[in-house]
Amino acid sequence: MRLTDVEKAMRDGEGGPAVAAAMDLLIRYGEALGAEDLVETRNVTGTVTATTPFMRDFALQKGGMDAVFSEFSLDSQKVVTIPKVKAFASHLQLGFDPHHPQEMGLSEEMVRFYKKSEAETARLGVQILNTCTPYQVGNVPTRGEHCAWMESSAVVYCNSVLGGRTNTEGRESVGAAMLTCRIPNWGFHRDEYRRGTLGIHLDIPVESVEDWGLFGYWMGDWVQERVAVITGVGQVPNLPKLKHFGAAASSSGGVEMFHLVGVTPEANTEEQAYGGNKPTEKRRYGARERAETLARINATGVDRKVDYVMLGCPHYTIEQIWEAAQLIEGRKVHPDTALWIWTPRAIKEVATRNGYTKIIEDAGGKIMTDSCSAMSRAVPTGTKVVALDSAKQAHYLPAILGVQAWFGTTAQCIDAACNGRWSAA
Amino acid sequence: MTDTVIPAQAGIQGKTIVIRGRKVVPGVAEGEALVTNEPISGWGGVDPRNGTVVEVRHELRGQSFAGKVLVFPGAKGSSGWSAQFHLARVMGTAPAAWLFNQMTAKVALGTVVSHAPAMTDFDVDPLTVIRTGDWVRVDADAGIVTITRK
Repeated sequence: MRLTDVEKAMRDGEGGPAVAAAMDLLIRYGEALGAEDLVETRNVTGTVTATTPFMRDFALQKGGMDAVFSEFSLDSQKVVTIPKVKAFASHLQLGFDPHHPQEMGLSEEMVRFYKKSEAETARLGVQILNTCTPYQVGNVPTRGEHCAWMESSAVVYCNSVLGGRTNTEGRESVGAAMLTCRIPNWGFHRDEYRRGTLGIHLDIPVESVEDWGLFGYWMGDWVQERVAVITGVGQVPNLPKLKHFGAAASSSGGVEMFHLVGVTPEANTEEQAYGGNKPTEKRRYGARERAETLARINATGVDRKVDYVMLGCPHYTIEQIWEAAQLIEGRKVHPDTALWIWTPRAIKEVATRNGYTKIIEDAGGKIMTDSCSAMSRAVPTGTKVVALDSAKQAHYLPAILGVQAWFGTTAQCIDAACNGRWSAA
Repeated sequence: MTDTVIPAQAGIQGKTIVIRGRKVVPGVAEGEALVTNEPISGWGGVDPRNGTVVEVRHELRGQSFAGKVLVFPGAKGSSGWSAQFHLARVMGTAPAAWLFNQMTAKVALGTVVSHAPAMTDFDVDPLTVIRTGDWVRVDADAGIVTITRK
């Protein structure tokens, strides 16, 4: 791989042993990919903190948080002292909500260990956003900005909706990028990877958050990792819709980028979205595809009695919390059912200020932060049946926890929370 | 899997065949092959504590890849792919070597942090040549895979 003089100096130890270890990993990773060189990035999102008993024991035995960062964020078996990060870096969601230890089944000791790990991570200069949606709370890449992001739903949003450029990175590559401001120049950093290779035409209006989730789930299943060019978009989708669309598509498939002609930044026209590629195949999405996808997402749903309603995958926007608060105001959550809504802590702050937290809590629901049920594997005790307005969560929860899942609109989910039953079709 | 994919496979029991590819992670290792035609998920797909596939509908569900030569199409799923196989290496349950067809950021990083030799870009698709149980020697530095049919 070609390295600049600055990169060679980092590799040779000019920035200290941690930067040298980071550059060593990026070279090994870049060569594995077949990348020709590295690209500069000053925008990183990833996971740094330690949230498991294994990590706690590793830290105790091997040399504290520096040992955890050395091994799990730099792939260095030699423990190196970690300097403050150079790139603007935001922390992703965790394996639990540290503010709700009881619901998460967390011991006080694990919370104490996590808090220490969080404080250390913040001291390094990593922003403790603790969300799968950093683009909601202070990290909004600009078009063409090279990024090093983890989290599939954030990656597809960054590439497709914002025009930022990132591959689906992992814990070690983002750790190295934080210290060096470099990442391999491969994949979605390069124009040719970003162009569409196949087409989808919408035969029906795709308008609600539910519509976009169903369409995304159908699309991912078909295209897998390929970049689709979508035509026939009517009403322009907003953030919650595109967030749900990308998350669904990156769950049923591995979609990291899509083009909505007339909406997303690299698709002013169909020609621009293909960039000279000839589509290998074109399909149409209509009423039959929508109905089949809804049936497939609901395939695990059998029992109508709902134990748990989970909203906020990906993390809810303030607009979605406002909607949920309006739907539930003056009603009560059924005594046999729990309602948990997940959002970044910064947005919960706004929800509290606006009175939505009180409305939701007065009804018997909870606003949770930092995690979700798929990440934490935490659901209310005894949960067998869940109701969700997220196709991604409906994809993962039955697989991870063996529960039944019902998928529908936010209003149907709030009704299920209050009635204790799933009554939508 | 059929015996008719390449002529070299006729009557090769006990004999060896050689395929060539590109080094992804350097090193030399050998072991018993574990072959799947389905992509592998990291987070939610494997359990690093015992080195097994746990994905619900995966054809390898319940099988161990620890110390084996894993032959598979590529990686899928969450960005936690590398972290899971990184944990597997630390816990002593990682594969001995990796042979795969489709390059992605996930599989590149995950194989790198496993420290086990890995190869891709083969002259012959390893999924058509290698069967579970074959003895496979991976010399990533020389770009050579030697397969001995059990």
